[in-house]
Parts: sequence; structure tokens; C-alpha cells
Amino acid sequence: MIISIASGKGGTGKTTIATNLAVALDTDVNLLDCDVEEPNDHIFIQPEITRTEKVSLKVPQVDMNRCNLCGKCQEICQFQAIVVVGKTTLTFPELCHSCGGCMEVCPENAITEIDREMGIFEAGSRDGLEFAYGRLFVGQVMAVPVIERVRKAIQPNKVNIIDAPPGTSCPVISSVKDTDFLILVTEPTPFGLNDLKLAVGMVKILNIPYGIVINRSDLGDNKVMEYANEENIPILMEIPFDRQIAENYSKGNLLVKELPEWKERFIHLYEDVVKYAKKS
Amino acid sequence: MQKKANIKELIVISGKGGTGKTSLLGAFASLAKDKVLCDADVDAADLYLILEPDIQERHDFQEGHTAEIDPDKCTECGLCRKLCRFHAISSEFIVDPIDCEGCGVCVYFCPEDAINFPVKTCGELFVSETRCGPMAHARLGIAEDNSGKLVTLTRKHANDLAHKRDLNLILTDGPPGVACPVIASIAGATGVLIVTEPTLSGHHDMDRVVELANHFQIPAFVCINKYDLNVEMTETIEAYAQDKGVPVMGRIPFDPLFTRAMVEKQTIIEYDGSSNAAQAVKEIWERLESRL
Repeated sequence: MIISIASGKGGTGKTTIATNLAVALDTDVNLLDCDVEEPNDHIFIQPEITRTEKVSLKVPQVDMNRCNLCGKCQEICQFQAIVVVGKTTLTFPELCHSCGGCMEVCPENAITEIDREMGIFEAGSRDGLEFAYGRLFVGQVMAVPVIERVRKAIQPNKVNIIDAPPGTSCPVISSVKDTDFLILVTEPTPFGLNDLKLAVGMVKILNIPYGIVINRSDLGDNKVMEYANEENIPILMEIPFDRQIAENYSKGNLLVKELPEWKERFIHLYEDVVKYAKKS
Repeated sequence: MQKKANIKELIVISGKGGTGKTSLLGAFASLAKDKVLCDADVDAADLYLILEPDIQERHDFQEGHTAEIDPDKCTECGLCRKLCRFHAISSEFIVDPIDCEGCGVCVYFCPEDAINFPVKTCGELFVSETRCGPMAHARLGIAEDNSGKLVTLTRKHANDLAHKRDLNLILTDGPPGVACPVIASIAGATGVLIVTEPTLSGHHDMDRVVELANHFQIPAFVCINKYDLNVEMTETIEAYAQDKGVPVMGRIPFDPLFTRAMVEKQTIIEYDGSSNAAQAVKEIWERLESRL
């Protein structure tokens, strides 16, 4: 079972849902934080990290003793990451998507690949909960290779919970694709609704069963609720604004530990997710 | 980016999403004079919901390619599947457009010339008029790539507007995170305002955007939204910012007025300019303006 948590709009409560759901369940859970640009789950889980790996991407290195300056590499590269300038072939590793085209096309076998480090992958556990996350190095452009490394830590025999980054573009798609159910976290505001509609558009393209959680459900208007009813989207949970919840979040505390009534609610959320995932 | 020497561009960013970037930028739009507005959060563009732009120009945003195999020409030799590092070609020789990276390796090597490589239209760019001034904004197609390039192009349109109208200030709403779209949105800016919140997550994410601004040598300022949800954390963040040489522009209290203003499609200044929240925002703007 793989459940992913996404949102469209940032700051709606993905991390709150992902971490509390992970801790509330008594089954074997594996929590994966795929928001590698701004990972936060570890703040709440405080895992003991037992594995740290560099995440790197293969990028070309040109042997100028072999290069005949034919320019075929430049011609095949769609990303302007390799260019022949005068009597040398320059590479721009930060633009490289690691497709291997230049190496394949080079008639002189002048191109080999070297590793370019772009982030860190870490895994560990806390009180039986397995945990993994990635951290993109600041200044790096591409988040997807680090996300893909985190996704490799999916364990088929466990309940995997994936915390995705905000938005609806490539990093989100890489995080949530091929998952069994998607929880979209939103808030009942015009911004929340606008970004929820974008996220629903994405889920439809990916064809994943989904439902929504409405956070700070009493601050705003009824439009998210009306939209969910019109579109027949199941509302899995509503969390009202509560200073106690906000204060606990600010300190890195888990709701299910500080306010025990929430444990039941998150277990119930999981049961609903399983029910809806089976239906489809 | 080609820029007139006296055009200043402020980008509002946050690292963490949902800290109040757009509400704050909307308020600045009500306060600042003679400026161009720019929404560079192309993945979840929300500024238009407050400013209700009257769209004057639309441009398709075309960027990158997707491979498409022509089944009539394909002999199913399998070379493309062997070469594709993105596992985008199925055993039935159909390209999954979501997995396709647009690298063109399959197109180049196909012995039958059976693979087409059309340009993708992956978004739309708008130039508009609003009650607070002209605005450049965009919409990235759902599940599309290349948001960084669309951000750069949207900022270029904002810059062109500033030139044409002889306006000296661009106020830009940036995306969350630290990668491609954020880097594209802050490159070459006069300054960035980091909006954070007094939470451990907000602190953690702010640290990373401060590092990013330093990395690209862009002056950074910080303000703390909903500061009263955890005053101790607010003080910790302010001390951290001072220590990093990032000037603190002020604090904004938690106030449901921001949400009510948003529901009414107004900025906080328009909705209730005499409220404590609006006063706090005004003070932040005045401090920022004098430093840009």
C-alpha cells in the first residue's frame, strides 16, 4: 500500500497529515518525505538516522585528447549542456538531464560519465516507524533525481506514506505517480480552492483514486465544500483552526501524541483511505 | 536579464509554502506607487484571485519536446527502449508523455525515422491591467515541466512593462521551495523578502532560502507572519536572521482578517486598512522601500 499526500497550495498541512498518520497507525509504516527542497517530516519524527548516501546524477566528461570537435554531442543535446567552443568542448553539468545521448552519439568514444552530487538521502527509524527523506543541496536546480532516490526506499510489504512537495509540476508527479491513493490537503479559501482544482486536474491525468482533507476548515468560505460535493470527491477529514494545534505544530510536536483524541481520528482516516482505494 | 539601471525588483519568497507570500505581496501592491506586478509562482498562481486582472495579451508558452512513435513506420526493433534512460517507452512502443524527458535520444537514433518530436505547449503567459497597476502572470499546464523557463519569461514581460510604462519598481510573488523555479525567480533581483512563520518548519525552510539568497548574492530581508502563534520561536528566528546578517523587517500578527480579505478579493489594506495586521504590513513595506 502506498498513500501519497499532496496539495497544490503550499502550507496547507501535508506534513501534519503525513507525520500524524504515520505515527498513529499500529501497522508497519514507512514514511518517505519527498519534499526534498524543504523537507520537514524529520523535525516531527526525530528519527535515528542509520543510513546516509549522496545522491548524484551521471554527467558527461569529455576527453579532449580523443574529441575531434565534430559537434554531434552539441547537436543531440536538447538542454544546451554540452557545447563546442573553438578548440574545446565545454559541459554545463547543472543543465544536464543525464540522458546519455552525447556519450552514445560520440564517434570517438571521447565521452565518459562522472557523478555530480546534488543531494543527500537519509534513512532510519523511530519507535518502529521506518523513515527516509532526501535533501537537495541549496543552489541545485533539479529535485527529481533526489525524489527518485527517496522513492526507491518504498517497501512493498508495509504501509508507505509519501509526503510530496507543493504544486502540480514535475517534482510532484515523480513523488506521487504509481501510488494507490492520494490525499489532497487543502484549506477553504480562494487560494486553497484554486490550487485544489489544479491538483485534482493532476490526479485525473495520473488516474489515482483520491480524497481531500480540509485543514483550518472554519477559516474561509464554503466553496471548497461545494466543489467537493459537485465533483463527488470524498472529504476524508476536517481539521478546524485551533491555537493548540498551531502551537504544537510550531514546536515540532505531533498531534496524535499531544492530543490523544487525534490518534483515533487518524486511524479512522487510514481506514477510509483503504476503503476508497479498494473501491476503485 | 536586460534591465534599466534604476528598475528595482523585489521578490517575495518563503521556502515553506503557505506562509503568506501572496497576501503580503497583494498588500504591497496596494501600498507601493508606480510599479509593475509579477506572479512568478507559475505552478500555483494565486495573485490573480485578489487583483482580478483584465487580460490584455495572451501568449502560448512553448518549451521542450515530447517523443511520439509513428506505429506505421516503427519496426519494433527495440533500440529506443534500450537507449531511453527514463523508461518512457512501453513494450507496445508507446511513449508515456509524463515520463518522457524530451531528450530526443530515441528520435536521433531511430533507424526508421519513426519518432516525431513535436514542440510542447506547456503553459500560457498573460499581460494584464489591474486596479493596482500592470501585471505579468502565467499559468503552467498541469503536470508540465520547464517551470523555471516560464518564470524567467514572466519576469521578462514584467521588466518590459516597467520599461514601456517608465515604472521603476517590480513586485514579484515567488514560488515555494529552493530549486529550479525559485532560482529562476530570484536571479538578478534587487532583493528578496523572505516571509516565514514561527514554527520549526518555517525556521528550517527559511535557513535554506537564506543560504540560497547568499549563494546567488542577492540581498535578503525577512519578516515573520503569524508571529504571535509562538513568540519564543519568533525571537529565535529574529536572532538567527540578525546573526546571518539578514535584516528583520517586522512581525505580522495572526489575524483571520487576511482570510476574510482574500474571500472578498481584496488586499488587507483595502479590506481593513486601520487593523493591526494592516498597520504591521504598512510598517514592513515602509522599511523595505527605504532599503531597496
